[in-house]
Amino acid sequence: MTMLAHAPHAHAPMTVGQIMATVMLALVPATLYGFWLYGWPAILLWSVAMATALLAEAGTLLLQGRAAKATLLDGSAALTAWLLALSLPPFAPWWVAAIGSIFAIVIAKQVFGGLGQNVFNPAMAARVMLLISFPVEMTLWAAPTPMFSGHAPGFLQSLAITFGGAHWDGMASASLLGHVKTEFTRGIDLVSSLPAHFASVHGGLQDAAWGRRAGSLGETGGLLLLAGGVFLIVRGIITWHAPVAMLLGVAAPALLAHAVDPAHYLGVLPHLLSGGLMLAAFFIVTDPVTSPNTPAGMFVFGLLCGGLTWVIRSWGGYPEGVAFAVMFLNALTPIIDRYVKPRIYGRDRKGQSLQIEAKGSVK
Amino acid sequence: MNPLSRFFSGLRARGGVHPDGRKGLSAEPPIRILPMPERLYVPLQQHVGACARLSVLVGDKLLKGQLIGASGGNISAPVHAPTSGRVVAIGEFPSPHPSGLPGATVTIEPDGDDRCIEAVVPNDPFDLSPEEIATRVGAAGIVGLGGATFPSAVKLKLSRKSGISTLIVNGGECEPYLTCDDRLMRERASGIVEGIRLIAYAAGAREMLVGIEDNKPEAIAAMRLAAAGSEVQIKVVPAMYPMGWDKQMIQVLTGREVPAEGRSAEIGVLVHNVATAWAVYQAIRFGRPLVSRVVTVSGAAVVAPGNLEVPIGALAADLIAASGGLLTQPQRLVLGGPMMGTQLPHLNVPMVKGSSGLLALTGKEIGLPQPAPCIRCSNCVRACPVGLLPLEMAAHIRAADLSAAVGFGLKDCIGCGSCSYVCPAHIPLVHFFNYARGELAAQEKGKLRTEATRKLADSREERMQRIAREREEAARQRAARKAAADAAKKAAAMEAARLAATENQEELV
Repeated sequence: MTMLAHAPHAHAPMTVGQIMATVMLALVPATLYGFWLYGWPAILLWSVAMATALLAEAGTLLLQGRAAKATLLDGSAALTAWLLALSLPPFAPWWVAAIGSIFAIVIAKQVFGGLGQNVFNPAMAARVMLLISFPVEMTLWAAPTPMFSGHAPGFLQSLAITFGGAHWDGMASASLLGHVKTEFTRGIDLVSSLPAHFASVHGGLQDAAWGRRAGSLGETGGLLLLAGGVFLIVRGIITWHAPVAMLLGVAAPALLAHAVDPAHYLGVLPHLLSGGLMLAAFFIVTDPVTSPNTPAGMFVFGLLCGGLTWVIRSWGGYPEGVAFAVMFLNALTPIIDRYVKPRIYGRDRKGQSLQIEAKGSVK
Repeated sequence: MNPLSRFFSGLRARGGVHPDGRKGLSAEPPIRILPMPERLYVPLQQHVGACARLSVLVGDKLLKGQLIGASGGNISAPVHAPTSGRVVAIGEFPSPHPSGLPGATVTIEPDGDDRCIEAVVPNDPFDLSPEEIATRVGAAGIVGLGGATFPSAVKLKLSRKSGISTLIVNGGECEPYLTCDDRLMRERASGIVEGIRLIAYAAGAREMLVGIEDNKPEAIAAMRLAAAGSEVQIKVVPAMYPMGWDKQMIQVLTGREVPAEGRSAEIGVLVHNVATAWAVYQAIRFGRPLVSRVVTVSGAAVVAPGNLEVPIGALAADLIAASGGLLTQPQRLVLGGPMMGTQLPHLNVPMVKGSSGLLALTGKEIGLPQPAPCIRCSNCVRACPVGLLPLEMAAHIRAADLSAAVGFGLKDCIGCGSCSYVCPAHIPLVHFFNYARGELAAQEKGKLRTEATRKLADSREERMQRIAREREEAARQRAARKAAADAAKKAAAMEAARLAATENQEELV
């Protein structure tokens, strides 16, 4: 007697683990570039985040009495930690990454019921928690000191930075958005603050675009993240709707406001290439668990997320607003899903059966 | 489709998946005739509707095409002897269903002569009236051969009544592995084209469209050649599952959409399968009832996959034997295509009119995945050709909230399995929906039964009250009559007394 099986008797060759692995593959170029740019401390911080996340996942599964192996192998915890690590200041102490990973896995994910059940993106939830709880550590950016260059910290020095709390020369650098915000509070507008910022990094806007500036790994690798995102769209892992809408949501108001008042509003390019926007657009708002179900819903979600990011950056108290915007929109996802649904074949948008108008034609 | 939804969902027909076709396994060898098996097991129930009524006895000698089961009702189809021979048994035999439960079956021992019953056929079938053609299609036991097995004559008569303008002949064959329609179109195109013209004539359709997926260039070429000079138009549609869903085919070919809970006839369209058109051609032109069909035998466990023309009632085991046997023990036997076909319990079940394919699949082909948690990736939403939200429906069904699932469109689900196919978490989505729909049907049946019971109880109550009322009324009337009689008696007595008194007075005076 064979076990009763049901159709379909064939299956697309894709698993959850493969999806996670492909997303991580798309993160590799930006991550390696970041490692090169910030050296050993970045690698150490990333490793701490990854290890803690896997341990936290295994621990919570053990407490729940569930088999840990399959869940650990699906790669979701590793991906969360990876994304979190990319959003941290590269010279941050180890415990920032560890606390962030534990919070992301235990509080933001497992408490809600594990994979697929969380309301908020775990990486962003953890980042927001860290930013609110440890504002000093979370805003200490380092200027890039590419590996093997003269002024890069060596391995032992790096261990001291990450695990010993040692300070490093470049650590007073500000990120572009942070610098602009600080200067505003001092009454200095963009006309004078921007050139000063670019003068402090190596070669002006050109270098900034390529990421040779202070910021998180996810910020400096912006263009490589864009490439990774395009790879995911081509592979069919994500759709274009949310990323394009999010970039549009930032770019459109930025274009308008910058045209009206260039002294107070950053232009389109600094907005697009700063902060966590690229990371969020291709790797965070595309998180299937915490985003809407339908392509149109994803577009609305991305657009609102981008718009809110621009609002927070321009008028909010924090220099960067991506993580806050993402969490806010995560909370709105069920509402978007409620109102943005596909039309059912043979029915109108309200779910009523289509009416036959003239003979043989249906509108 | 409005421009906005076009923008978000792409330009093609919505939803759908692109499973590995695996049609190359069986598409190239020509159709072979299955050597006549030693026994044929012909079930009486091979169609949607009432079971056919047995009309033979054990020991009867039969000719090919002779009636063995008459149509059992308005929606039913007769069953005929697939070859000449003798009825050796009538009784229960495992049906081609996952359960393998027995069904009423006539067992025939072929005599090897394959002698046909005589048929009267007109020189030109178009001399027949459309009604006569529909009647003959019904008498030939033709049912929808695409798998739905709905009696074709019923569809023809209904179409004539509701006045259709377009006949669409479905040559989509979107199920992977299956190539029986493909081979039929390559080899028997002119017969199919005549069948199409006959169906259109019987149904009163002016426009005749044949939709064929672009992955069958040889079939398209053969059909184009056969249709040249006739009104039959061959249309190429993109290969995509489920392009063979009749409503999808209608939308792609005509741009019209069938209203929900409605039939295609409401928008003036009738859909038939290419194999049905071939069967109609055989029945009307030669008077041959539907007693055989082309079945694809395929799957990696089969030695020589291909297409066989098999008499109805041949066992799956006969088909496998004629295809060179099995290379390895198959992990799963499937009747039909892999997307919507049903599992077979074993090879000792007969082929019926709706059997389009017999697949012996290896574990590698089916994959044996373990379900994982839903990550809400919405691949199922994008794959659904109907526009449903499978992940939400499944979540609510898991929570035993069937009415919420209905709110997401459970009743509009066509069970195509596209959602289950793409799900990276391997959640058996369509299985959930089939379960829920069965559960809903059971609930509704239960509700009807309760309703009927309540009605009976109510009417009994009412009847008892009425009887009591009538009794009371009768008693009252009796009492009234009695009272009236008493009063009359009294009055009479008084009158008599008065008269007597008067008389006395008179006497006194």
